[in-house]
Amino acid sequence: MSSQVMEHTTRKSQADGDIILEVKGLKKHFPISSGIVFQRQVGAVRAVDGISFDVVRGETLGLVGESGCGKSTTGRTILQLYRPTEGSVKFEGQELSTMAGNDLRQMRRRMQIIFQDPFASLNPRMTVGSIVSEPLQIHNIYSNKKERQQYVEQLMEKVGLNPYFINRYPHEFSGGQRQRIGIARALALEPSFIVADEPISALDVSIQAQVVNLMEELQDELNLTYLFIAHDLSMVRHICDRVAVMYLGKIVELGPVDAVYDNPQHPYTQALLSAVPVPDPGVEESRQRIIISGDLPSPANPPTGCNFNTRCPVAFDLCYQEPDPPLVEVLPNHFVSCHRVT
Amino acid sequence: MSVLLEVKDLVVRFYTQEGTVFAVNGVSFDLEEGETLGIVGESGSGKSVSSLALMGLIPSPPGKVESGTVIFEGRDLLQLKPDQMRLIRGKEIAMIFQDPMTSLNPVLTIGTQITESLKLHEGMNTSQSRKRAADLLDMVGIPDAYRRLDDYPHQFSGGMRQRVMIAMGLSCNPKLLIADEPTTALDVTIQAQIIELVKQLKDEFNMAMIWITHDLGVVAGIADRIQVMYGGRIMESGSSHEVFGDSRHPYTVGLLGSLPRLDSSGEEKLTQIEGSPPDMRNEPEGCPFAPRCDTRELLQLDKCWDQRPPLEIVPDSSGIVQHVMSCWADIREGVAEHV
Repeated sequence: MSSQVMEHTTRKSQADGDIILEVKGLKKHFPISSGIVFQRQVGAVRAVDGISFDVVRGETLGLVGESGCGKSTTGRTILQLYRPTEGSVKFEGQELSTMAGNDLRQMRRRMQIIFQDPFASLNPRMTVGSIVSEPLQIHNIYSNKKERQQYVEQLMEKVGLNPYFINRYPHEFSGGQRQRIGIARALALEPSFIVADEPISALDVSIQAQVVNLMEELQDELNLTYLFIAHDLSMVRHICDRVAVMYLGKIVELGPVDAVYDNPQHPYTQALLSAVPVPDPGVEESRQRIIISGDLPSPANPPTGCNFNTRCPVAFDLCYQEPDPPLVEVLPNHFVSCHRVT
Repeated sequence: MSVLLEVKDLVVRFYTQEGTVFAVNGVSFDLEEGETLGIVGESGSGKSVSSLALMGLIPSPPGKVESGTVIFEGRDLLQLKPDQMRLIRGKEIAMIFQDPMTSLNPVLTIGTQITESLKLHEGMNTSQSRKRAADLLDMVGIPDAYRRLDDYPHQFSGGMRQRVMIAMGLSCNPKLLIADEPTTALDVTIQAQIIELVKQLKDEFNMAMIWITHDLGVVAGIADRIQVMYGGRIMESGSSHEVFGDSRHPYTVGLLGSLPRLDSSGEEKLTQIEGSPPDMRNEPEGCPFAPRCDTRELLQLDKCWDQRPPLEIVPDSSGIVQHVMSCWADIREGVAEHV
């Protein structure tokens, strides 16, 4: 059943455009070991537990969910920073999960990542110039030092940093400027696909808009494809074309942003969206909140049946007996995994 | 309603090795009984420091409350001796902090931590205070409360820890609760749970509340009055309807424009405030927002640089709550000229 649905997804999006990334049945389980001398595996944290989606060239796909739902692990597993436990990741038609060594390194030129914390993701002992040019050195681009510096200066200008600061260290910059350094580093190898792992959540409100606008400008200019991982649902609506909602390692809803936000189908998506405050007292007064009780279950010990049944306000018998249903297309391009809906 | 708290011309500085940090530069506001005031600002705007100052919690050195008065029920809190202040802190004014993991003591049980203030302020014995603590935990929605008194903070999830903090804050029926970014570390669904809980308890206890946050959305839902801070000064203050619906300060307008909204599709570009927040080590001579303000450029006001604009009543404001702002320009005029 699920593979049929998946094929359907693939065909559908292929009709719409050129697919840059194809993720199928991706799983990433982290082992839990016990024992002091003799370590043995006693369980696994199912961080990502069988997800499938496509990313079309030039689009921005949002990946949202609460902390611990596996959204960052998904991003890193796609880039093979973690090797998948199961499943396939095809990037521009080539299978990444079995690729290694030099082949993989060559592929990494085409796909890059922007990290969340601009304070932790830049080496404090390296200058901006050496941070941005490190990918160029690794891949032996610009053997001529002068040309390389010129290119780095161009990149800095492109992301809105004064090239005059090329010899400064990260601590001399503000959070927003550091994030620009991270973006310049990601762009250095002219990738076509960028995983942006919560790129703005560590920044001040007035700086977030600057970085988001920059990312949008760069996307138009360089025809970039983004996988935008975030928990700020308002920003996701602004920047993304499609959105995938994750809960406990699985995608529960996937579709065009306006369709998902205006007409959420999964009870989790409905609760998540209703929990986001809107900066407008008039709207806030009249809003009906769906408060879901309890906390996220541990991904090491997910509930039997549907993952969401411990907190779901509309769960019925089937939700406790059957594992969660596959993603089914309930409206055009709008997929949901819920026993209630299907 | 009568005034519960009156803050006047509060100035707080930190004398560090890197120079003097001008954290709060003359902040004045009132709070009425039972009112919820939302203080909004970015990091470094002085919102947390001003609330710590009125609790007498500024670490000194390096910090120092240079001047100002904080009148709470007829007494100036800044003039009280440490042991007098201890009688107020936790009893009359309670505070909940952003990160419940670092503000709870990891080596003491939850029960010990909640009963501490009950024993100190209410003179309860161990069994009375444990019973009251269990009632409090039950009230904030922690299941199996009596048994959980003997658990340690690490045995609770983030949302549950914040509930424990709230129970501790409410233990002595305070008249004022200061919540410093209480939901920032939490996920949205948990944040919604906590906001709902605080709203309900606030009515039950009839407390006044100061809710400090950088999230404009959160205060829109809970605050009666909003105060926007920037660079250690109040930029704009008024009822939440006026501050959001009829914003007059260029910073407030910019901040609201830079936020995408959940309830509208995001086709239009976000308006961005250029530049970055001010370095608080330089004492701002004029308006702290001047270097980033586009209204100033439009109107070409020179005094923005060298004269501090006073906090004045907004021309033709309509609300019952005073709508004040601190800006030399009237942005409606600026917009008119621009058009």
